[in-house]
Amino acid sequence: MVPLTWYLLVATALFCIGVYGVLARRNAIAILMAIELMLNAVNLSLVAFWRYLHPTATTGQVFALFVLVVAAAEAAAGLALIISIYRNRETVDVENIDLLKG
Amino acid sequence: MTLIQAVFVLFAILTLGAGLFTVLSRHLFHAVLYLILSLVGVAGLFVLLEAEFLAGVQVLIYIGAISILIIFAVMLTRGMARNPGPPLNNQSLAAAVIAGLFFVLLAPVIAGFPWPQATQGVPADAIEALGRSLVDPNQFALPFELASVMILAALIGAIFIAREKR
Repeated sequence: MVPLTWYLLVATALFCIGVYGVLARRNAIAILMAIELMLNAVNLSLVAFWRYLHPTATTGQVFALFVLVVAAAEAAAGLALIISIYRNRETVDVENIDLLKG
Repeated sequence: MTLIQAVFVLFAILTLGAGLFTVLSRHLFHAVLYLILSLVGVAGLFVLLEAEFLAGVQVLIYIGAISILIIFAVMLTRGMARNPGPPLNNQSLAAAVIAGLFFVLLAPVIAGFPWPQATQGVPADAIEALGRSLVDPNQFALPFELASVMILAALIGAIFIAREKR
């Protein structure tokens, strides 16, 4: 049997990789991909908690499913925004997207 | 080390290695391919956690839908792909320090906490119970419907935003 802490450590490491990607990448699509990594890490820890703490309840899996739905909505809306920005400004580099900068 | 643990380590290395390449690779298209590999690793971990339905959904939604969406976005913004320039901004060192520090602070807490262990295993009808709880008015029927409305609104909004204006 794999201990719960192993899953949580993998989820934490995956989340930290996502944090690094969000903070360090310049391409907006790459930032979105790093956000997907972070959402996956959270899902992994949710399912691990469900399996090891309350396997008879459905709550853990339902929560993971809702995270998945939100991730899908976020990806669709975010990518649409990126395509719209690219059409208007010819760039998806977040350092050049400064329309709202005072 | 048992066989299950060996399989876990394999999937963990796949997930984390591919995740690392996702945020580091210079070419955006390679990053998407590594992201798909990382999502496959997470699906494998779901199977090890006996959440077969979620593993299937992970393959269908993440690998089948979201990554295809990202590939489309990469193709549609090809001007960036042709001359990518440096993939990381000038705060990448600070970002690495922050992310590393976050892990270093969190890992001992996780490893040291005495997690309680449930005695029962996963019931045989877990997937059926999951499906029933999603349409049960006393459980998750309302959040389920709200999630459907939200994703519908998000998709209509996405079409409206990305549409070519004439």
